[in-house]
Amino acid sequence: MAANPKQKNETIVSFILDGKEILSSGEETILQAAKRQNIEIPHLCYKDGYRSDGNCRACVVEIEGERVLAPSCCRKPTEGMKVNSTNERARLSQKMVLELLLSDMPQQGKSPYKLNSELDYWAEKLSIFNPRFEERNQVHSDISHPAIAVNLDACIQCTRCVRACREEQVNDVIGYAFRGKDSKIVFDMDDPMGESTCVACGECVQACPTGALMPAKNVGLVEPDKKIDSVCPYCGVGCLLTFNIKNNHIQYVEGRDGPANKSRLCVKGRYGFDYIHHPDRLKKPMIRRENIKKTSEIIEPENMYKHFREATWEEALNFAAKGFNKIKKDNGSQSLAGFGCAKGSNEEAYLVQKLVRTGFENNNIDHCTRLCHASSVAALLETIGSGAVSNQVSDGSYADVIIVIGSRPHENHPVAATFLKNASERGSKLIIIEPYHSDIALHASHFLQLRPGTDVLLLNAMMNVIINEGLQNKKFIDEHTNGFESILETVKEYSPEKVSPICGIDSDTIKEVARLYATSKKSIIFWGMGISQHIHGTDNARCLISLALMTGQIGRESTGLHPLRGQNNVQGASDVGLIPMVYPDYQPVTDPEVRMKFEKLWGQKLNPENGKTIVEIMHAIYNGDINGLYIMGENPAMSDPNLNHAREALSKLDHLVVQDIFFTETCGYADVILPASAFPEKNGTFTNTDRRVQLGRQAIEPPGEAKKDLWIIQEIANRMGLNWGYENTKDVFNEIRLATPSMAGITWERLESVDSLTYPLMNVNDPGEPIIFKDGIFPTKDGRGSFVAAEYTKPAELPTNDFPFIFMTGRQLEHWHTGTMTRHSRVLDAIEPGPCILINPEDLKSFSLKSGDVLVVESRRGKISATTRVDEGMQKGVVMMPFSFNEAAANLITNEALDPFGKIPEFKYCAVKLSRGQRPGDVIDDNQMNKGNRVDIKYLYGS
Amino acid sequence: MKRTRGKKGRISGRVIDQNSITQLEKLIGSESTKRDMLIEHLHKIQDNFHHISHRHIMALAKIMNISMAAVYETATFYHHFDVINEKETPPPDITIRVCESVTCEMFGAKKLISELKLATDSNKVRIQPVPCVGRCASAPIAIAGTNPIENAKTDAVITALNKNQLIDTIPNDYINYTAYKKNGGYKTLIDCMNEKYKSDDIIKLLENSALRGLGGAGFPTGQKWRILSEKNSPKMVAINIDEGEPGTFKDRFYLETDPHRFIEGTLIACWAINAEEIYIYLRDEYAGCRMLLEKELEKLKKTPPCKLPKIHLRRGAGAYICGEESAMIESIEGKPGMPRLRPPYVADVGLFGLPTLEQNMETMHWVRDIIEKGPDWFSSNGRRDRKGLRSFSVSGRVKKPGVHIAPAGISINELIDEYCKGMLKGHKFYGYYPGGASGGILPASLGDEPLDFDTLQKHGCFIGSAAIIVLSDQDKVKGLALNSMRFFEHESCGQCTPCRVGTTKAIQLMEKEEWDKDLLEELSVAMCDASICGLGQAAPNPVRCAIRYFPEEFKKWPPTQNKKMKQ
Repeated sequence: MAANPKQKNETIVSFILDGKEILSSGEETILQAAKRQNIEIPHLCYKDGYRSDGNCRACVVEIEGERVLAPSCCRKPTEGMKVNSTNERARLSQKMVLELLLSDMPQQGKSPYKLNSELDYWAEKLSIFNPRFEERNQVHSDISHPAIAVNLDACIQCTRCVRACREEQVNDVIGYAFRGKDSKIVFDMDDPMGESTCVACGECVQACPTGALMPAKNVGLVEPDKKIDSVCPYCGVGCLLTFNIKNNHIQYVEGRDGPANKSRLCVKGRYGFDYIHHPDRLKKPMIRRENIKKTSEIIEPENMYKHFREATWEEALNFAAKGFNKIKKDNGSQSLAGFGCAKGSNEEAYLVQKLVRTGFENNNIDHCTRLCHASSVAALLETIGSGAVSNQVSDGSYADVIIVIGSRPHENHPVAATFLKNASERGSKLIIIEPYHSDIALHASHFLQLRPGTDVLLLNAMMNVIINEGLQNKKFIDEHTNGFESILETVKEYSPEKVSPICGIDSDTIKEVARLYATSKKSIIFWGMGISQHIHGTDNARCLISLALMTGQIGRESTGLHPLRGQNNVQGASDVGLIPMVYPDYQPVTDPEVRMKFEKLWGQKLNPENGKTIVEIMHAIYNGDINGLYIMGENPAMSDPNLNHAREALSKLDHLVVQDIFFTETCGYADVILPASAFPEKNGTFTNTDRRVQLGRQAIEPPGEAKKDLWIIQEIANRMGLNWGYENTKDVFNEIRLATPSMAGITWERLESVDSLTYPLMNVNDPGEPIIFKDGIFPTKDGRGSFVAAEYTKPAELPTNDFPFIFMTGRQLEHWHTGTMTRHSRVLDAIEPGPCILINPEDLKSFSLKSGDVLVVESRRGKISATTRVDEGMQKGVVMMPFSFNEAAANLITNEALDPFGKIPEFKYCAVKLSRGQRPGDVIDDNQMNKGNRVDIKYLYGS
Repeated sequence: MKRTRGKKGRISGRVIDQNSITQLEKLIGSESTKRDMLIEHLHKIQDNFHHISHRHIMALAKIMNISMAAVYETATFYHHFDVINEKETPPPDITIRVCESVTCEMFGAKKLISELKLATDSNKVRIQPVPCVGRCASAPIAIAGTNPIENAKTDAVITALNKNQLIDTIPNDYINYTAYKKNGGYKTLIDCMNEKYKSDDIIKLLENSALRGLGGAGFPTGQKWRILSEKNSPKMVAINIDEGEPGTFKDRFYLETDPHRFIEGTLIACWAINAEEIYIYLRDEYAGCRMLLEKELEKLKKTPPCKLPKIHLRRGAGAYICGEESAMIESIEGKPGMPRLRPPYVADVGLFGLPTLEQNMETMHWVRDIIEKGPDWFSSNGRRDRKGLRSFSVSGRVKKPGVHIAPAGISINELIDEYCKGMLKGHKFYGYYPGGASGGILPASLGDEPLDFDTLQKHGCFIGSAAIIVLSDQDKVKGLALNSMRFFEHESCGQCTPCRVGTTKAIQLMEKEEWDKDLLEELSVAMCDASICGLGQAAPNPVRCAIRYFPEEFKKWPPTQNKKMKQ
């Protein structure tokens, strides 16, 4: 709806095509006008949605009065123009082009790589079968990449892949190199694809008309028996896609023209689906063997049967429910807790929180939002009354100034990043503020590489500049906000000159960026975990909100605040109440009026106390206050900070029920494991970062005895005495509509027909609201936004002589969070098969190591080792690790210190020491080895 | 630089090496690292290291903040860059380029190439056959390093090599800045600046003068200035000295004799249309001219006759296609020289997306004279109702080849007799290329046709840049047509199918003993009709002319006799 806010004044022209008068908007090309009239003009280099390049010349038409033929994919009709697409002259050239291209296909025939090659289609249509020219010298296929095969013998040089790579996804890997007859599609510098900087988004594969670029292993030749339209299961961008199924197996995935992705996908969405077919999927319920004691040690999946035995569903479900019932009876209802999951559907999240609130009879329900945007949401609720994004990515990418802070969207929101890169190409100012110089910074107009943890300083300094130079929006401040004085007072102290040496950003840049943000017509801020995962995460977010409020950059098109949601359904899971303090739609559990409403809806008395958050629950377990835990889909044994502590806590539980699709690290601590369904094995709605509620459709059946999650939750609920009778997903969805006023108007039927709807959508026929806080009206008591000033706080654990390096965790493109899904994907794990420590070259050199050698990382809480990867983008004194790898779990290192408001741990900052290691995974370092503990020199370097 | 992706703990992808960055930073110095400087910087690498290695491409990509692929595709597009990967052996430091285009082939280029290959050590010297180098009046040509050796014989080339004469020199006897000013040069420009003329007056004057674009398209110059003068600022001026049409060398002639005349014309154009900056694009083969221009522009900037706009001199890199106006703009912007589709026209969306006046250098050469002597002075020249002067680059079998300034509309018979002192001894006039390789080939029987824009279309030919190659009874059109087609295949940018694939398939057909004339004709029609730019559209002209005008060459030979002929 807001995808293209620009309405052009269109003029209607009338022109003659093949003797027929056609009315056309001045904006479309002859080819597009013809398509509308079902007149087929052959075309190859043209692709809907891409820039027309006009190079293949298959679509040439005769325009009366012109010397030569014109490409209909590029030419726009003008009034009275007479066009012939089928006369002898036009046809001769069209057919000659097709014949020339066909003559250079392997064996001069149909594409051997693709069932529906567009060249084959047009050749057949124009009856071109036996080319009269000799074939070119052909090249061999390049199969160096695990996901994509490059068969340039079928290449027609149409450059759709080049445009896909450079203009759509802006990954800048594919080039059209050399000249004339030697012209060739290349990756980087004609490198084998698997060794290039290709990020395997697969846009080029989707763009290729002939199969010269295809998914590996010839799946392009498989005729799917069904195609199911669904949503991507990975990040918060919410790309629509199509699963191509044969024999209950997903063969390949195609991007679908969704409002958030315009047919684009990333490597995870396109090639990371095969985890569901992994042989390690849990297929039977499992119960812990009675004689095996729990310890805090991780149990490897291959040792699963030493600790667990298979059970029937009946036994497992009874066991699960009985355990909860017993603890509730013995220790009281506060002794139970539940973790829901931001990867599950809205319906699953809703039922899990309902189970906890009505079955466990407390509010100890939380999910991983606590570990990602809890602080952002805390600040947003406190200041402007809603935790949701104000504007959608598609709209935000039309801003004049785009600030991206504490986020590396090309890794974590890859498709959203493509729209930001498009914006940069269009001329928007893209301002990246990040401690790490990574690929997105290549597209930035301004890159501010700040020192970790100094966000408040920088942002206060920006406000200082805005106020000092009188760039604030006085009218907006007067009419729509409260508490501006507090900001005036606070930011006075934060001059750019003063903060500059601590932030590492020169004061002129701070001033320039502040001016740009304040004075542009439309500015928007996107942020990620770099903002939220600090003990001052809420303060960071408060500063960003204050920036938007004082400049009035909110409540209009292409302005506002957009905390980029990580999980595909973290927005939805929060919306439907997977939060300890609020019921669905952020209605406080402590509000008696609200509680009464839910008591009525759910038909029983509800607990009036706020529940505990994730980290608080883990502490309570550690202290023996919580004894029973239900985990649906989460993996706290990998995702929580200070894992040794978290794992020890988990091992202390009397009763742990884990519901998952693989034997995760957390499963090792379970008493009963329930095999659940993966994303494509069930229906459900998912809410993306843009507040778009989108429909995921079941594509295949779950393996073995694995069951749909809704069924499992309901079975447990009913064994705890709740009398639920949901027959399908739609039943649950309809109850969500009753519980969640902002989604009340979304009907299942409408979702089925359009796939994606934006809330707030209160009444059935509303269009939805892509932009909220319109006209500066906020959902607060007085309709105004509030400024909350923030003073600079240092990170909880600063580097010392003993622990001189700063350690932060991050994510990477190919892997998702704790790796449960992606590390079971053949393709993704082949591209990034193991953990790595990103480190500045000079730092690495100081250990006399080279990239690929092993470092041991040690904090006050834990110790791991992994191979290094030299990265000039890293600042000196800072190392970063993705937390997806259990063989070197980064969260063994991290600090569990909490933000006081959002209760989010400080994943992005702790102090570590580094030492030379021996081999990955082995935490014995050089020092110990020299003491004679281990003399295994041959493993030292380069083995 | 983009991040690398790891495999089993080792680094895959490419790691940038600091040493290369340091080397390039030194080479680039304080010059701009904006995208449009890419080709200039690639030249620095090529000149300095005699090739461009992948590590330098990576470093340059990093320094200029553009993708490796973008640097790589530009570097590999231009034939004067030797892009070498780690596994390949770099070419020797010394390259001798030997022209193998039409006139040079007629004068023994093939023999010269094979002799030079025998006479040199391939580890030390590379003998590289190249397309026309713009010195056809002295064919054959070898260029040792950048030093052109005219009427080249093997021993002369070897001597130059032994004496290490590998660098072109600035011609001695040209009219330099001082001399040019002494003879009234730049007065007209100053008059313009001092508003002695209104720009509209100058444009009117040009409109009345019959001056047309002399790069080959013949677009009326006054009209072009008029169109540009009405566009919104900012605007650009781009001067095309990428003279590459086989047989053409007139621009070099004017550059080497009177370079300031075109500069003054260009400055007047810039003033008349109110443009911001001037870009001069010179083909890389004219190394001496480049030195000359650098020197003279330096002088001009040092003591300017009046306030000057910014003048940039840009260097081509071995691509004929960059003579096409939009390809030249792409090249100035640092990209592969792929012609743009029109519309939009260069006058609307040209260099850096701005309205651009693009003019051939010779066209600008005449501006001063036309203003000073009046429009009639130029337009009163001409024969057979044609108007103006044309600078014919004549080469081939005539006694006096070279640049001949003659009236438009002159016939080839008159040109040979009046200007070229007749045919070479023992040669009988057989046919001629009226406009370089792309202008087609006409038989002697059409020797009285007026040579001018618009007059030869009916014969399937055009005058273009007025490059006349005279053929005699000792030449075979069939072979020369193939030579021309090979030239087009070599120089096709590779963008559109009819040209990229069409030229190659045409060669396949033309290399056969017997031509499939119907298929060649069908292919030719599609190339003419459906190619993006003039290169592909004109490429079939020689082959079509050969079939149309020289049927006697296609008589079937008995197979035995045929074999004999080959030897």
